Amino acid sequence: MSADVITDIEQAEEGTSLWQDAWVRLRKNHLAVMGLCVLVFMIIVALLTPWIAPYAYDAQDLDLGASPPSAAHWLGTDIFGRDMLTQIMFGGRISLAVGFIATAVALIIGVSYGAIAGYVGGRTDAVMMRLVDILYALPFMIFIILLMVVFGRNMLLLFLAIGAVEWLTMARIMRGQVQALRQQEFVEAAISLGLPPSTIIRRHLVPNAIGPIIVYTTLTIPGVMLLEAFLSFLGLGIQPPQTSWGLLISYGAETMEEYPWLLIFPGLALTITLFSLNFLGDGLRDALDVRGSKD
Amino acid sequence: MALLEVKNLAVSFVTRNGVNKAVDDISFAVESGKITAIIGESGSGKSVACYSVLGLIPMPPGRIDSGEAIFGGQDLLQCSERELRKVRGRDIAMIFQDPMTCLNPYMRIGDQMIEPLVYHRGTPKAEAMKRAIELLGEVGMREPEKTINNFPHEFSGGMRQRVMIAMALINEPKLLIADEPTTALDVTIQAQILKLIADLQKKRDIGVIFISHDLAVVADIADEIAVMQTGKIVEHGDRHAIFENAQHPYTQKLLAAIPTDTKAHSDAEPEALIKVSNLSTWFGDADDPVKAVDDVSFEIKRGEVLGLVGESGSGKSTIGRSLLRLVPITSGQVLFDGTDVTSLEGRALKDMRRRMQMIFQDPFASLNPRMTVFDTLAEPLLLHGIENRQSVAQAVLKLMDDVGLARTAVRKYPHEFSGGQRQRIAIGRALATRPEFVVADEPVSALDVTIQAQILDLMVELGREYGLTMLFVSHDLAVVKHLADRIIVLYQGKIVEEGTGESLFNAPQEPYTQQLLSAIPGRALMQ
Amino acid sequence: MWRFISGRLLQAIPVILAVITVTFFLVRVAPGGPFDSEKAVIPEVKAALEKQYRLDLPLVQQYTAYLGDLAQGDFGPSFKYPGRSVNELIGAGLPVTAELGLYALLFAMLVGSLSGIIASLRPNTMQDYVPMTLAMIGICMPTFLLGPLLVLLFGIELEWLPVSGWGDIPGDKLLPSITLGSGLAAYIARLSRAGMLEVLSQDYIRTARAKGLPEWQVVGKHALRGALLPVITFLGPAFAGLLSGSFVVETIFQIPGLGRFYVQAAFNRDYTMILGTTVFLSTLIVFFNLVSDVLAAWLNPRLRTQYASKS
Repeated sequence: MSADVITDIEQAEEGTSLWQDAWVRLRKNHLAVMGLCVLVFMIIVALLTPWIAPYAYDAQDLDLGASPPSAAHWLGTDIFGRDMLTQIMFGGRISLAVGFIATAVALIIGVSYGAIAGYVGGRTDAVMMRLVDILYALPFMIFIILLMVVFGRNMLLLFLAIGAVEWLTMARIMRGQVQALRQQEFVEAAISLGLPPSTIIRRHLVPNAIGPIIVYTTLTIPGVMLLEAFLSFLGLGIQPPQTSWGLLISYGAETMEEYPWLLIFPGLALTITLFSLNFLGDGLRDALDVRGSKD
Repeated sequence: MALLEVKNLAVSFVTRNGVNKAVDDISFAVESGKITAIIGESGSGKSVACYSVLGLIPMPPGRIDSGEAIFGGQDLLQCSERELRKVRGRDIAMIFQDPMTCLNPYMRIGDQMIEPLVYHRGTPKAEAMKRAIELLGEVGMREPEKTINNFPHEFSGGMRQRVMIAMALINEPKLLIADEPTTALDVTIQAQILKLIADLQKKRDIGVIFISHDLAVVADIADEIAVMQTGKIVEHGDRHAIFENAQHPYTQKLLAAIPTDTKAHSDAEPEALIKVSNLSTWFGDADDPVKAVDDVSFEIKRGEVLGLVGESGSGKSTIGRSLLRLVPITSGQVLFDGTDVTSLEGRALKDMRRRMQMIFQDPFASLNPRMTVFDTLAEPLLLHGIENRQSVAQAVLKLMDDVGLARTAVRKYPHEFSGGQRQRIAIGRALATRPEFVVADEPVSALDVTIQAQILDLMVELGREYGLTMLFVSHDLAVVKHLADRIIVLYQGKIVEEGTGESLFNAPQEPYTQQLLSAIPGRALMQ
Repeated sequence: MWRFISGRLLQAIPVILAVITVTFFLVRVAPGGPFDSEKAVIPEVKAALEKQYRLDLPLVQQYTAYLGDLAQGDFGPSFKYPGRSVNELIGAGLPVTAELGLYALLFAMLVGSLSGIIASLRPNTMQDYVPMTLAMIGICMPTFLLGPLLVLLFGIELEWLPVSGWGDIPGDKLLPSITLGSGLAAYIARLSRAGMLEVLSQDYIRTARAKGLPEWQVVGKHALRGALLPVITFLGPAFAGLLSGSFVVETIFQIPGLGRFYVQAAFNRDYTMILGTTVFLSTLIVFFNLVSDVLAAWLNPRLRTQYASKS
């Protein structure tokens, strides 16, 4: 083979890693990129809300009452005269926070649990996954409702409850990934080289397993947000004085005949965010499809 | 008059990376009553050519640029989809490489088999079933009346291929296209299926196109041979012309890649480096274990290459993995240079690993796709303290020279290399720590034939240079005979016979060994 | 096969037991009793009521007594509606919810799989984009948003369909069923499209084409089974989703079903009602999961022979 005899690694041309390949593929997916941009926009707005909201959070104007969109109130006002744009912005903070934090909880628990079960294998794995199976069979919706009713108005509990539902699938996916990877020959090679298990997990297993995890995480967030909205709609989730998109939608549903904008705008906000997350998740799934990178 | 005449066929694929000319202006003819083989490595276009004749190439990315395919008086390439459907399964039938994925796993084989009869000839179902049972008997299936109601997964690989063949012949086609039908099968089963196809062809006096990457496989049955390389036919002739008087350098290269010689027995040091005693590796339930390795004992002398030959399920891979402690050993002892490998733990095990390494079969799966060549080669060097962060770069570059890789590729990722190059990286990784003993587990089985020869030569050369003792595991007797000083034949976890290449080939004692030998394709070539 | 089924049944029992236990103790542990919010009750009457409802006994005894009742199929009296038993209330609400769920499921399966399959036959064309975009909307729009919107559009603006009740006015079952089924339909559409695309890329489809079979046979006879398998496996979890969806839909459309009763019971701290409904619904979910598992195993020949040979 022709060899430009280089004497230093730095002189060699850099290769293209699979991550770079995936990023290029993702960039070409216009829907996913759009989703990403919208999502980033939403997050920035949510973070800056206390400073950029047009009105104070609880500023009421009882004389005004509910009014359709106008120059002073771009998205109208609710029955207490509160600016809807402000309401939606603050509601978004809560909804997005619940979405990301609960998913993070599920992620941490699920990934660790699944990785251990998958790597150790054998009886430990069997026992761990049996537990997951049993928990999976429990009708969680019902339990969450019960929990929220029983212990009421507690944001922390809400996060935990939602996270508790979602970690199961995360664990299953991670375990599946780790199990499949463990059979791969490059892991056997790593073992035969004499690498300790911690290094094998860190350098060989995790980087190759996180693809599907990333995809699933991105697709879990909308599910979590929906769950929160659902609970708030039933009156079991976020309680006033705080607000969330779910709560706003439930108020809007009550008065939708006379004041449809109270339903439509929060609804749009939620739906658009969910769209973005789903498109992004789909795009990530296509981009990270490892099958495509093998000959 | 030729049964099928292909003229100036050109097929390309339009992808977002550009236009790829898969088939570049080829012409060939298939006679009735003859077997025409099309030989080529992956990417040669051999399959694409035949698939496009039947219109089985997905046409958005695929595109027929030019050519004719005259069959039964009409040009198939000009036919509409409806007209082509009349030809498929009726006048021209196909069998494929992997019968597990090519049969519908959700349908009983009987239902699948009668479809061509029912659809093309309107045969009533009961009658079609009877015919299917007849054919199953003809292809060698036992108790066809019972097995006709089974699902594909209930059969072995060879049996499934017989089902495919029966299904293809059920409508008495005039031409059979066989796309690598034996590549996925064990060598003894391969021999059976080859014979079956040849017999059926003679009996029915039909034309057969046999596509393969392996010249040796078709040496025994083909009448005409066409050799393809990157979309073109580089040589074309009858068997004598090709095997005895090959003109084109590529054909000659293919022929040269078939190992035909036997390694002369060399005088290795009489001292045994590896001593295996009563090794057993069992899997599964304790009451009904799968005895992958069943009470096996052998020795490997220092500097020797021991060949381990067997078909799938023989346990040959498990032995290699057992020696390296990649699978838990059930019982027995493995002595490496006097130390019992089976009882080592922790630090001692890690040090032992430095001296024993493995080269794996699948070059796509044996490298971590997220590590560069540098990372992969440096890892063992740094782990065992052979090099430190400053010196490892030079060591890696030198390793790349040894295995024949361009130094400039050192920061690239596995997916940017070809199969053969990846295997070189894997070899480099195995040799990085200068081990004394290497297990090579089917290291060339996943590679193209011409690349196989290169990698085998590399391994022989490096073996000499590094003073390696090697256990060479393979299903391919011809390859093992070429490389190994001594050979062990394995069957269902037990050693059947042991000897040098010469003694095994000239005077095989056991019936299984004889069966293996007679199954080697292209024996004619070896004489 | 029976071994498989009975094995699964045995696994289901501890689950149901766990449900009963957890719910029981959870409800009892909650702050606030069922009678606290009522108009001021004279202490003696309150004590008598508590005795009647066994609230004066230690918790564990209440638990075992409850289990005993359950074994006889008695869910106990309702706290909220004196004189009516939980059995009665479940009996009243169940048929309604069952019917709603059935229509929603049928809608979801039919519309979902059809659109998914149609989309998969011409990927990346309008035939694909249109159904898939609609499916995406279905997934991203929660039931409690879709419902009011549909009501707004069809009920109020266009006045085509009635917006509340069940079985009172002809056509009033249409909107709720569609609302409940939409989310599931969207999911099934995506699932069946993905399944179909996966199957169509398999080698055995190429074999079917090589036999000269017409495309409708290739798709209908060969591809469909493999493609719909993931959908069938999904039915179990889907049922649970439908159930929770029914809570919302029944609330929006004022439907006197089990879901609405449940939500109200939760608010009213009607212990026996909560407990009874939870146990009942959970058992149904577990049962449905079992049916779905069995169906999936039966449809997959590899699993079928594996389990058949073991029995």
